[in-house]
Amino acid sequence: MGAYAYRAPTNVEEALSTLAAEAAAGNRAQMLAGGTDVMVQMRSIDKGPRTFVDVKHVAEANELHIGDDEVFIGAGIASAVLNENDELKRILPGLIESADLIGSTQIQGRATIGGNLCNSSPAGDTIPALIACGAVCVIASPGGNREVPTEDFVTGVGTNVLESTEFLIGLRIPRPKGRSSDAYLRFIPRTEMDIAVCGAGVALTLDDAGICMAAKVSIGAVAITALVVPDAAAALVGTAVDDEALAAAADASSALAKPITDKRGTVEYRRKVVGVLTKRAGAIARDRALAL
Amino acid sequence: MAEALDLKAIGTRPVRPDGIDKVTGRAAFGADLHLPNMLHGMVLRSPHAHARIKSVDLTRARAAEGVLAAVSGADFPGGAGAGDLAKNVIARDKVLYHGHAVAAVAAKTLLQAEAALDLIEVDYEVLDPVMSLDEAMADGATLVNESQHTNGDTSKPASNVAATQRFERGDLAAGFAEADVVVETEHRVPMAHQGYIEPHACTATANEDGKATVWCCTQGHFDVRSLTAQVLGEKVGNIKVIPSEIGGGFGGKTTIYLEPLAVKMSQMTGRPVKMTMSREDVFRATGPTSGTWCKAKIGAKKDGTFTAASAWLAYEAGAFPGAPIGPGCMSVLAPYEVPNLVIEGNDVLVNKPKVCAYRAPGAPQSMHAMESAIDELARQLDMDPIDLRLKNSAAEGTVAPYGPRFPAIGLRECLEAAKVHPNYTAPVPEGAGRGVAVGFWFNIGMQSSAEVRIAEDGAVTVMEGSPDIGGSRASMALMAAETLGVPYEQVKAHVGDTESTGFCNVTGGSRTTFATGMAVVQACEDIIAQCKQRAALTWDLDEEQVDWVDGEAVPKPGVNADVKPLSLADIARGAGRTGGPLLGRASLNAQGAGASFSCNFTDTIVDTETGKVDVLSFTAVQDAGRAIHPSYVEGQMQGGAVQGIGWALNEEYIYDDNGVMENAGFLDYRVPVASDMPMIDTEIIEVANPFHPYGVRGVGETPIVAPLAAVSNAVRDQLGFRIPDLPLSPPRVLEAIDEQGGH
Ligand SMILES: Cc1cc2nc3c(=O)[nH]c(=O)nc-3n(C[C@H](O)[C@H](O)[C@H](O)COP(=O)(O)OP(=O)(O)OC[C@H]3O[C@@H](n4cnc5c(N)ncnc54)[C@H](O)[C@@H]3O)c2cc1C
Repeated sequence: MGAYAYRAPTNVEEALSTLAAEAAAGNRAQMLAGGTDVMVQMRSIDKGPRTFVDVKHVAEANELHIGDDEVFIGAGIASAVLNENDELKRILPGLIESADLIGSTQIQGRATIGGNLCNSSPAGDTIPALIACGAVCVIASPGGNREVPTEDFVTGVGTNVLESTEFLIGLRIPRPKGRSSDAYLRFIPRTEMDIAVCGAGVALTLDDAGICMAAKVSIGAVAITALVVPDAAAALVGTAVDDEALAAAADASSALAKPITDKRGTVEYRRKVVGVLTKRAGAIARDRALAL
Repeated sequence: MAEALDLKAIGTRPVRPDGIDKVTGRAAFGADLHLPNMLHGMVLRSPHAHARIKSVDLTRARAAEGVLAAVSGADFPGGAGAGDLAKNVIARDKVLYHGHAVAAVAAKTLLQAEAALDLIEVDYEVLDPVMSLDEAMADGATLVNESQHTNGDTSKPASNVAATQRFERGDLAAGFAEADVVVETEHRVPMAHQGYIEPHACTATANEDGKATVWCCTQGHFDVRSLTAQVLGEKVGNIKVIPSEIGGGFGGKTTIYLEPLAVKMSQMTGRPVKMTMSREDVFRATGPTSGTWCKAKIGAKKDGTFTAASAWLAYEAGAFPGAPIGPGCMSVLAPYEVPNLVIEGNDVLVNKPKVCAYRAPGAPQSMHAMESAIDELARQLDMDPIDLRLKNSAAEGTVAPYGPRFPAIGLRECLEAAKVHPNYTAPVPEGAGRGVAVGFWFNIGMQSSAEVRIAEDGAVTVMEGSPDIGGSRASMALMAAETLGVPYEQVKAHVGDTESTGFCNVTGGSRTTFATGMAVVQACEDIIAQCKQRAALTWDLDEEQVDWVDGEAVPKPGVNADVKPLSLADIARGAGRTGGPLLGRASLNAQGAGASFSCNFTDTIVDTETGKVDVLSFTAVQDAGRAIHPSYVEGQMQGGAVQGIGWALNEEYIYDDNGVMENAGFLDYRVPVASDMPMIDTEIIEVANPFHPYGVRGVGETPIVAPLAAVSNAVRDQLGFRIPDLPLSPPRVLEAIDEQGGH
């Protein structure tokens, strides 16, 4: 019977060499952030021995910058820290509300958006929100850092582009300019402590007249990975994001969704409701942008 | 009678004796016991919903590292009469549901036990599972039990219908013919679990002298003792059961699952064996309540007077007979005067876990059907739903459909209070709907014992044997304080184990505050009688010349004696001189458990684009007879309401085609979370139960009965059409809205 081990490297270099050493020794290594997915999985579906490599002590992964052009959120930052940051809430309200949906206050004290992304569940709540606001993954790799847009990061249910010797340092997000805002909504049968039946993130930019100049729409839990919905964005651009445009965006999301029927909802249900969420998130993002 | 009482302790809201230990984490629950040399037991569960066991081979498991014992059904020949109970604890010839226990091992570590389970070889012949009432009751159905005949009548072919029940009164056809309006509805309610937070857990240790001790979380340790003895074929006296604190039961902890396995493996190894269930085990293998199929029909004259009603009920029993059709039939029309009625119940086997009690077992499902039909009737008659119920309400003297004549009951009082409640007189919020329903539970008495011991400083120890699942120790202490005339703080109530206190039946049927409470009151009266006798002895008076007033012995008015009153402490201090320690006792089989009725109403709003139902407000009005500790009565009303709302909205057992439950965890078996619920408003009605010294009626079960229909009726009110089946989960509601829109 194998054992569990725990390592807490303090910088990227050390973390990479820890991963490399474990790989060379034939050990399974797993990155650990808040552990709110890992611990649950360890007690149920995947009890196997391994070495945990904790990202919460890696200096570069514990940075949070809000620059003029860019926001950087380290992979070790707990979502509670984000939720309490007023500036972030103002400039990226949709992303922060997606982080604020995770679990409960207690869970948020540990959980990270990096962990949510790397867990790569089709229902991860921050993923559509990250995609909508154009977040880019900064990945530590033995050959140097590499960057991957969030929409290309997740490759399947629980899988992503990371190699076993790589890890996520953090997320770079272009700082929204002018009348830009975002929103994320998910549907669950309860009010909290549940898993998304479907979700929709919308980010958009309005001109002075309130006409949509740019938009990005992403939907979750309706396919094996979160999807970008170009037709929904196209339906909004050039409009005042009025009911008609929103209805068209909703239809585009419903049309692109490839959901399954399971204990959480039927194909028809998810298809329909993901459209409803797209429409509602779009209206919220619009109102937020108009208020700027 | 109770109105005349001048109560001091009863009706106050002191802190419960177990409260601090529970909020600080000191309280010891079922899994908290650790003994030296303890082994860990684990159960191998069936991967099939229905299969014949051809063989179980434990050889490799027994040889595995750290394993000291392994058992299968063959190791439990069972005492006489253990029958289904024993087969549910561990399967013999057949597995009857996915998760049914097939074998168990005990090893030095949990991981070793878990690894050994993989080494057990079971050869199954897989059979078709019977997963619905329709399938089970259809002609030519696969049989869950090939030798099951309806009501034991072997002249008829074997059937999945294990038993039937029927109540009849008057002339049904004539009654319906008399009606101006007749409504018929048909409903399905899913199997639901109690959802207690604490999974089942026990530790057993058997000694060389043949005696065994079991620690476990249970609603009734005396029942654990006798049931475990039955399954093991042991004498009751060889088993001692010590109840832990209990993290919820709601009826689900009134039977046994792990205990005989733990005792047996302890007997085999000479070491203590601890066994705990995972949450998944709890869902798959412990008793939920029946999924049901109910048809209701009711007729009334234009003025609302009911002329006839009928109900046809089919309840899933799970793998063994015993669905609560009796209570389902008793409850369905109990709140009303109905001159002509027929009520039929069917107890139906399916390949699901054997059902167990869940708060008012059987009543929520049948009353959901009838209360929905009555709601439709009120709409057709254009009557207020409370007025219609008032018009037909049962009252003192009404003969219940199941036979007895009701003594004083509080239904009318509940309906009248609901009618003028500010939440009812307020308009329905814009866009929302309002639903009303009535609830009922007959409550039970049964056997209880209690002892009251007085320490030398007058401290009162109440010792009884009813596990405290809802604050009953506080209620016992309040009744003792009231009877003895001492402050609540002077009394401490304990739940003793099977060898340190007298027999008590389970904490269930809402009987504890009523029946065990009655025993406590009688034991206190025994103390008072002794105190009067001791005082008389001290004062050289006759016993009849001494009174007990406000916790003191005093000479009766008119008795000429120049003495100072003697308090409980005074008498206890001098007890050595007057006959020895003060010890009061009572044991009884309580009669006259008063029925508790309720009226609930709720405002809900459906998001018509997602199908999600939000509960805006919920008001529960219920007759408690006498609220000993009003906060805990309100707690019962609120807790029952939330469980009922959860069942109405999202809770259900979801099975795949192979009979495997797909949502065996709290993520997908959706009990409501706190933020889903509004504050549940409560109003306690007190129509004293004439058979209890303080007027108590049980209050624990009635609260779950009305919410199912109240929520359904509220959703109906908003949508303008009825969704007959539960749960009103978002996909079901949205589908119904879409279908309706398409018409
Ligand atoms: C009660 C409860 C409620 C929850 N509610 C929600 C919810 O509403 N919505 C939701 O989306 N999720 C929810 N979750 C799931 C979980 O909390 C989130 O996915 C959370 O964001 C995971 O973050 P973490 O930091 O805890 O990740 P961890 O558990 O530490 O890690 C998750 C995965 O990512 C990997 N990983 C973590 N960090 C890195 C890194 N820097 N580089 C590479 N790989 C990494 C880990 O190896 C692991 O595979 C809930 C969980 C619980 C227990």
